[in-house]
Amino acid sequence: MPLDALLAILGMAAVTYAIRVGGFLIAERLPTTGFVALWMRNIPGAVLAALIAPDVLKGGPAAWLATAAATLVYLATRNVLATIAGGVLAMFLLRRFAGL
Amino acid sequence: MRLFLPVAISIASYGVVWGVLAGQAGLTPLEVVLMSGLVYAGASQFVAIDMWSPLSLPVASIVVATAVINLRMLLMTATLRPQFEHLPRWRALLAMFLVSDEVWAMTMAEHAKGGGGAAFMLGAGTLAWIGWVGSTLTGRMLGAVIDDPTAYGLDFAFTATFLALLLSMWKGRGDLVPWLAGGAIAIGVSMLVPGTWYIIAGGLGGSLLGAFLQHRMRDAA
Repeated sequence: MPLDALLAILGMAAVTYAIRVGGFLIAERLPTTGFVALWMRNIPGAVLAALIAPDVLKGGPAAWLATAAATLVYLATRNVLATIAGGVLAMFLLRRFAGL
Repeated sequence: MRLFLPVAISIASYGVVWGVLAGQAGLTPLEVVLMSGLVYAGASQFVAIDMWSPLSLPVASIVVATAVINLRMLLMTATLRPQFEHLPRWRALLAMFLVSDEVWAMTMAEHAKGGGGAAFMLGAGTLAWIGWVGSTLTGRMLGAVIDDPTAYGLDFAFTATFLALLLSMWKGRGDLVPWLAGGAIAIGVSMLVPGTWYIIAGGLGGSLLGAFLQHRMRDAA
C-alpha cells in the first residue's frame, strides 16, 4: 500500500476516534442549546449539499434529470436504497436511450 | 434486538454500494478493509473515496473533511455518557469506537424504553462493525467484475447516495438555508480553488450561516 493511502486512512481513523472519545469526555461541558449546538446539527446537511451541487451542475442535462428522478423516488418511497437505485437506473436509461 | 435486523440490512446494502464505489476510486481490498475497520464511519468514507485519486492523494483535505463530517459524533457520544459511567474509564473510552449513527440511534431508542445500556450498545456496535467491514469488502470484490461503471450509470451512485442521505435529513424549512448556502458556496469555491476544498468550504459556510439564521430567529421568537 502506498504511504499516502496509509496516511490518509490512519489520519481519518485518528480524527474520527478523537471525536468519538472527545464527546464522551467533555459531555458535561458540551452545549446542548445555543449557537454551537445548532451549528453542529447543521454540518452534515451542508456538507452533503456541498458535495452534490458542483457535480450535478457540471454533470449536464443527464445529471440534472437523474437528480430529479432520484428526488421523486425518495419523495414516493422515503427509502435511501430505492433512491440510489432510481438515480442510477435513470442515468443508465438517459445515457443508453436518450443519448445524453 | 428485533430492532437490529432492518438496520443491519440497510448497513450491509449501504456497505456493498460503498465497496463498489471504493473499487472505482482505486482502493485496493486491503485499503477497503483498513478504512472500514479503523474509521468505521460511512458518510465520511463516502466523501473520502469521492476525493480519492491514487496518483495524487489529497491527504490533508481528506482528513479535514472527515473531521468536519464526523464532528456530529461529539453530540452522540456525549449523550451516551450516563450509560457508561459505571464502567472503568478505559473500557468506556474503547467502547466509544463502536458508536455510529445507526448504533447510537438504536441505543437511544432502546434507552427511551428503559433498556439501551452499555451492553446493548456494545452488542449492536460489534454486529454493525462486522456487517460494515464484511459488506464493504463484498462490494469491493463484486465491483471488480464490473468493467465500465459509467455504462451502467454507476458513476451517478455517488451523487444519488449523497442526495438520498441529504433528503432523509430533512427536518423542516430551517434546513433550506444551510443546504442552499452549502451548495452555492461549494459551486463558487469549486470554480475558484483547485482540489476538493469546496466540500469543506460549503459544509462549514452553509452550516454556520444556517445556525446563525436559526439562532437569530429563535432569539426573535
